[in-house]
Amino acid sequence: MPFENLPDLVPVLPEIFLALVIMSLLMFGVFQRGGRAETDVNTFRVISWMAVVTLIVTPLLVLSLAGSTLIGFGGLFISDPFSVFCKILVLIGSAGSLVMARNFLEEHDMARFEYPVLVVFATLGMLMMISANDLISLYMGLEMQSLSLYVIAAFRRDDTRSTEAGLKYFVLGAVASGMFLYGASLIYGFAGTTNFTILEQVLQRDTQDEYGQSLGIIFGIVFILSALAFKVSAVPFHMWTPDVYEGAPTPVTALFAIAPKIAALALFMRVMVGPFGDLISEWRQIIIFISVGSMLLGALAAINQRNIKRMMAYSSISHVGFALMGLAVGHDSGIRAILVYLTIYLFMNIGTFACILAMRRGGVMVEAIDELAGLGKTHPLMAAAMTVFMFSMAGIPPLAGFFGKLYIFLSVIQAELYLLAVIGVLTSVVGSFYYLRVIRLMYFEDPDEPLDRPVSREISLIATLAGLVTVLFFLYPDFLVLSAATASSALFLN
Amino acid sequence: MLEITISHYLTVAAILFTLGIVGIFLNRKNVIIILMSVELMLLAVNLNLVAFSSHLNDLVGQVFAMFILTVAAAEAAVGLAILVVFFRNRGSIAVEDVNMMKG
Repeated sequence: MPFENLPDLVPVLPEIFLALVIMSLLMFGVFQRGGRAETDVNTFRVISWMAVVTLIVTPLLVLSLAGSTLIGFGGLFISDPFSVFCKILVLIGSAGSLVMARNFLEEHDMARFEYPVLVVFATLGMLMMISANDLISLYMGLEMQSLSLYVIAAFRRDDTRSTEAGLKYFVLGAVASGMFLYGASLIYGFAGTTNFTILEQVLQRDTQDEYGQSLGIIFGIVFILSALAFKVSAVPFHMWTPDVYEGAPTPVTALFAIAPKIAALALFMRVMVGPFGDLISEWRQIIIFISVGSMLLGALAAINQRNIKRMMAYSSISHVGFALMGLAVGHDSGIRAILVYLTIYLFMNIGTFACILAMRRGGVMVEAIDELAGLGKTHPLMAAAMTVFMFSMAGIPPLAGFFGKLYIFLSVIQAELYLLAVIGVLTSVVGSFYYLRVIRLMYFEDPDEPLDRPVSREISLIATLAGLVTVLFFLYPDFLVLSAATASSALFLN
Repeated sequence: MLEITISHYLTVAAILFTLGIVGIFLNRKNVIIILMSVELMLLAVNLNLVAFSSHLNDLVGQVFAMFILTVAAAEAAVGLAILVVFFRNRGSIAVEDVNMMKG
């Protein structure tokens, strides 16, 4: 048999599919006859729709691997129910942001076919991050995602703010990669392996012997933790987030707020409860500190923002703080709560960004929060959708956001981290101030000049779907909670 | 005669890594210097990995170092490209000119 020496490719099937498709799309785009504006836009449209279709087909492949734990490439790559769950979230997020992007890019002279290609490459990197079972494959996935995202952030290359966002993201992202690598090298040196499965056994053995962990391992974990905190934009490493979110073109911001954040949090969970799970007493304090810091800063700094994308940046920082609260719990129920929270976060954010993308006047994007004044009179449907998302983010029952927070708080209280739970509730109250301010502006202020109508079809479709999920979630939460439970228990098998 | 042990390598790598980080945060002049500092950090990591790899008699560290070298090259290319478009818009690559948005 000529193929018997091939590595086991079954667990990598979705990634291979995605990689092959996107490379052929890239080739297709490169060899199109271009140069004239309308042919370029046509190429962009074709490739954009094909990329969306690919991103919708890939979850089916991912689902075909559900229910079992498969290891590929000699232990470098793992596919388990946890990775299946997170991959589907990431793919929905990327597909959604790509659908919303088309109109914006065409109207702002950015309709180049590289955009969908880069988005799919970044998604491929995210899938690899989620499935990484080794520090090397983790690094490769992380870089594949980051390098594509740096370029997309600077995609509006004739705009100072967009290129500045790309530059800032690149510099700070490179520093974070450096820190991650330094931590990885220490872990490798002191534990003798980079494989997560073996690492877990080695660290478990070391925790039980009388000397405890060596200092090198602890240092390594701290370095890796700070790099991951950077990637999820948690507090002390959040400073790039508002600038990048504000500067990047809006569909890019929508992508940044959704897909990479979910992928990085999934990675965070896998690394922390997997190989480093036995050292929870060492890293729990750090996670609690990061989580409290993010919730406080997210709630307080968002209050006097004028730009809605900047406000969403702080909002996403505080959401990350909430999710990390579940990680501080460290066991099954905490991880399950994070997965539920991330799913709901995905739908709320897609919807909100769909509404933000619809904020345009005379064909030009407007970004100030004040521009929403009087939206309830001029665009009642869009105002209603925005109200749903803002209430949901503030955590008002019976909307989905409330349940996300509820599960997190339940698991934190079960773990007897009462102080953390109290801080979480308080920051949630403070945070609801700026969400409610948006609603007040929409319904109780007079419009000066109405925003453009009609809103494009794709954007209203996405806002409607996300709104329906957010509103109707309480009718049937079991499906999500049960699949999150299956996914999270996969991390705790051994 | 002083014998070079693993701890010497680790010390050199740690010093290089710290220099890289300090170079990024203290430098007020030029974004290119930041790129150089990032490269310094990655090379310090490579030194660490190769030293550990030979100390442990295990090849994984050297394989990892190869991957890092490759990715570092790609990263430098992307970084310089972004820097070039930034320069076209702003006409400067001084660090204090990267300030359109206040964080």
